[in-house]
Amino acid sequence: MAILNMSKTLFKSLFHGPYTTLYPLKEKDKYERTRGKIEIDMPQCIYCGMCQRRCPTGAIQVDKASVSWGIDRLKCIQCGYCSEVCPKKCLSMDNHYTTPSYGESKDKFTNA
Amino acid sequence: MSERTVIPFGPQHPVLPEPIHLDLVLEDETVVEAIPQIGYIHRGLEKLVEKKDFQQYTYVAERICGICSFMHGMGYCMSIESIMDVKIPDRADYLRTIWAELSRMHSHLLWLGLLADAFGFESLFMHSWRLRERVLDIFEETTGGRVIFSVCDIGGVRKDISSETLKKINESMDIIEKELTELTAVFFKDSSVKYRTKGVGVLSKQLAHDLGAVGPMAKASGLPFDMRTQGYAAYKYLKFEPIIDTDGDSYARTTVRIKEIFQSIDLIRQAISLIPEGEIKTKVVGNPNGEYFTRVEQPRGEVIYYAKANGTKFLDRVRVRTPTFANVPALLETLKGCSLADVPILILTIDPCISCTER
Amino acid sequence: MEQNIKVIQTGELLSHAVSLNHEGYRLVAISATAKEGIELTYSFDKEYDFINLRLEIDADTEVDSISPLYSYAFLYENEIKELFGAKIRNITLDFNNQLYRIPIETPFAKKEEKA
Repeated sequence: MAILNMSKTLFKSLFHGPYTTLYPLKEKDKYERTRGKIEIDMPQCIYCGMCQRRCPTGAIQVDKASVSWGIDRLKCIQCGYCSEVCPKKCLSMDNHYTTPSYGESKDKFTNA
Repeated sequence: MSERTVIPFGPQHPVLPEPIHLDLVLEDETVVEAIPQIGYIHRGLEKLVEKKDFQQYTYVAERICGICSFMHGMGYCMSIESIMDVKIPDRADYLRTIWAELSRMHSHLLWLGLLADAFGFESLFMHSWRLRERVLDIFEETTGGRVIFSVCDIGGVRKDISSETLKKINESMDIIEKELTELTAVFFKDSSVKYRTKGVGVLSKQLAHDLGAVGPMAKASGLPFDMRTQGYAAYKYLKFEPIIDTDGDSYARTTVRIKEIFQSIDLIRQAISLIPEGEIKTKVVGNPNGEYFTRVEQPRGEVIYYAKANGTKFLDRVRVRTPTFANVPALLETLKGCSLADVPILILTIDPCISCTER
Repeated sequence: MEQNIKVIQTGELLSHAVSLNHEGYRLVAISATAKEGIELTYSFDKEYDFINLRLEIDADTEVDSISPLYSYAFLYENEIKELFGAKIRNITLDFNNQLYRIPIETPFAKKEEKA
């Protein structure tokens, strides 16, 4: 019979304290590569529509006529394929997540 | 003969992370037959290949399952690369191997936690998952995602790991190995774990062979089937032996998985020490034309990727034979004759991944 | 990995399966592809020796089930029957197209293009 195998680990964690972070008060550290959300450097964009065509989920809308670029945040799967194919490299992956939302979460950027 | 009762098991059950339904035919407390019913999460992802082009489908393939995500992406990419006759750089092969082995560690640690949870050992469950967190942190640091990596691409990988980070991974491996040795001693020695798993659901070697079992399920019954020995990716350069056990019970399946975690740590160390410098991606031009079967060893067993292309950017067919699909008949066999209280443990010991099964 | 695909006729399936079973090959997958008809591929393995039997049938051809030989083939065959509408007879455990219970009939089969 082998009992109390776990006690060493349990005593350790008793003195160590919680291994988790108290989320809304303290945020977990992000890494540089964390795929949070897609950002765009609007003045660079040439509205070629490459990102819109290549996006696996169809989250991106590019409109040349109204010089705008829009993204549906909840459709986006953060794969980063758009930033890879962008010819002007104006799309980039930011390491902060989009804020949670109840309904739709769409962002639209327009060049004045 | 006593009266027979049919008890529905699932689709919602505390032990199941995903929905599967079993009709259990019981005689008193003993199961005499089990009939599976799936289809609760059939998403038709194989059909989606006709709507998404072959490069976009890489991201779909990764999302077939959340646990073996990387190896799904890798299996798909390997099939397309073989069809297009693309030779990927050595460094990419090594990086894929490192991520694949890390995935195996995280999958097995998750499973150990779930098993502990199934027989009510809550603190063991928490500590297994605490350890898994270290692996997930490595993923986030190297790929940007904790579960879905989006890092495998046709022709190689999309992100490199710098030599400093590789060194850091090596150091993390030491810490994980130390903590794992301490934690898995509980699985190996503790009487309550043994009581629930030893001699439960024995699958003989002959049956495992005849029912087409794969992965740890087959290895625990003494069948040394491991696709990694076929030398895909960088496995041809690494030294390892498939881990087998001969008892074929739930305890053997647990020990096989625990030993596989240690084996993965060793493989990662080997890969880090051997990794060459160089390119990480070959440029892929044109569209695939042809068909190919790829066999990859996932944490749950062998997965078969079949891709058929027709020369356009849309593939004709992608078919994924996932390990759980192959293990269901073996599960149904082991359920026969077990007691009702052992059913949850038995279902867990095949490490069911229903999302994979139904795709 | 070597790809070994052997095209066979509908009637020969069972005799091939019997001889493979006798030699100790395991069934590892049955795949289907929808084109003009349905293309079935039976994959067998023995010690990493990988053999595929290719069968091309049209929607009305009946194929014998190999589940009496390989008991676990019933899952694959039920799946193909339900998703592609292939006619497979004598499956040991036939779900009668109720394995996945999808509301659409044979969703993976080639549909007539709408003009």
